[in-house]
Amino acid sequence: MDAMIRVVDVHKAFDEVPVLDGVSFSIPKGHFAALIGRSGHGKSVLLRHLAGLVRPDRGQVFVDGEDLAHLGGHALRRLRRRFGFVFQGGALFDSMTVLDNVAFPLRECLRLPERSVRERVATALAQVGLSGSEAKLPAQISGGMGKRVALARALVLEPEILFFDEPTTGLDPITAQSILDLIARCQRDLGFTGVMVSHQIPRVFDITQQVLVLHRGQVRFDGTPEQLRVSTDEVILGLLGAEDAAGSNGRSRNGLET
Amino acid sequence: MLLDALQKVGHIVLHSLSAVGRMGLFLLQIVVCALTPPWKGRLVLNRIVFIGTQSVLVIALTGGFTGMVLALQGYHALSRFGSDAFLGPLVAMSLVRELGPVVAALMVTGRAGSAITAEIGIMRISEQLDAMELMGLNPFRYVVVPNLLAAMIAMPLLTAMFDVIGIWGGYLIGVRTLGMSGGTYLAEVAQYLEWSDISGGIWKSLTFGVIICWVSCYKGWHAGFGAEGVSRATTQAVVLASVLILVWDYFMTSVLF
Repeated sequence: MDAMIRVVDVHKAFDEVPVLDGVSFSIPKGHFAALIGRSGHGKSVLLRHLAGLVRPDRGQVFVDGEDLAHLGGHALRRLRRRFGFVFQGGALFDSMTVLDNVAFPLRECLRLPERSVRERVATALAQVGLSGSEAKLPAQISGGMGKRVALARALVLEPEILFFDEPTTGLDPITAQSILDLIARCQRDLGFTGVMVSHQIPRVFDITQQVLVLHRGQVRFDGTPEQLRVSTDEVILGLLGAEDAAGSNGRSRNGLET
Repeated sequence: MLLDALQKVGHIVLHSLSAVGRMGLFLLQIVVCALTPPWKGRLVLNRIVFIGTQSVLVIALTGGFTGMVLALQGYHALSRFGSDAFLGPLVAMSLVRELGPVVAALMVTGRAGSAITAEIGIMRISEQLDAMELMGLNPFRYVVVPNLLAAMIAMPLLTAMFDVIGIWGGYLIGVRTLGMSGGTYLAEVAQYLEWSDISGGIWKSLTFGVIICWVSCYKGWHAGFGAEGVSRATTQAVVLASVLILVWDYFMTSVLF
């Protein structure tokens, strides 16, 4: 299958501290990949490389065959119009209403007539279950609703590639699961290639076809969720074990509370 | 020991030069974006309201009181030499050539420049600028260029208002309080104040508008992490813009007058 994203030997250091140390992998077109690993091991930095927000010190990042490092301002902006990005904090424009936030890319990138803009915004908001919230400001909605608005804004241009930077961070387990289900449904319906940085292990495995484990700036594992589950690698066992422990702690806490 | 000291000095010089270079490139980028379409007319109007209209009260107050103080001080100084009839030209020329553009620019720096830095800084740390970039848009056109164009339009108007209210403040003190003839005050202003004085002041205010926007946007754009980073950027923007306004004023005065 054709690779939509191909990363070749990417190195990156900040203040001479290496963050990515020879990262290579590829993600086929239409696949949804989870990028997991411990905090501070370079997941978000790698995601920013894939979106062209950060340039590697060494190595190449190809998106649909185009090397991001060699694209200038205009060409990079043209390629980015095929991207969507859901930020950890939502990155909603706080001076704009929900409607204007979702309409912003339609008005500025596609310059559609206002009537079409409103129709597409209404469809996108209905898709994420937020019909009727058009007039609210980001400060007036909950964290979960903010993530949904961010997802609607990312989806409204019908991107071919969608990046998610910990889209469920800071949400309660039920809302987090509903966001993951929503992302899975949108991916099935729209067929975009997706990359998600997530700590929602093992729930994220249910919606992805590929898992990349980043450890100390290197790809420690690249395979399917099924292969990951039977891996005997100590780093992976540690990650899965930590999540199991967190899950059972959560269950016992819940048990005590009830 | 000596080598260490030299190394430190070299490091500071290199750091300062690279900071100046980055600021220069930032200004170049603003100018290029400002001269090429698409222009965001509605955003420019919004920023004119923010930088200009919302500064009217503070400009009126500072302009009025500056003119009044000038008249009080000037009258006592001039009357020692029997030249109190020249109070009008003294107040008008001081305001139009120097105090109007400079004090108005310092007021706008404190009121609007600091807010621009904080606003852009918060957009930077909350990834709103990255979000724009990832939509394939150039955030410069949305958050920097409208501020520049608005500042270039608003500053000369605010300065003109400062000058007129200041001259009126001087009239109030000179004529109503100190007993000068109103006709003398105004006639002397009309006789001695030349068009070159007015145009010089307007040119100054235009360039001060560029400095305020340039420094405020640059500091916000490169704000550090968190609330502390934004607060530090805001302070630096106000201090740097104020100093640059005074330094640039010296050069403009030496060239224009």
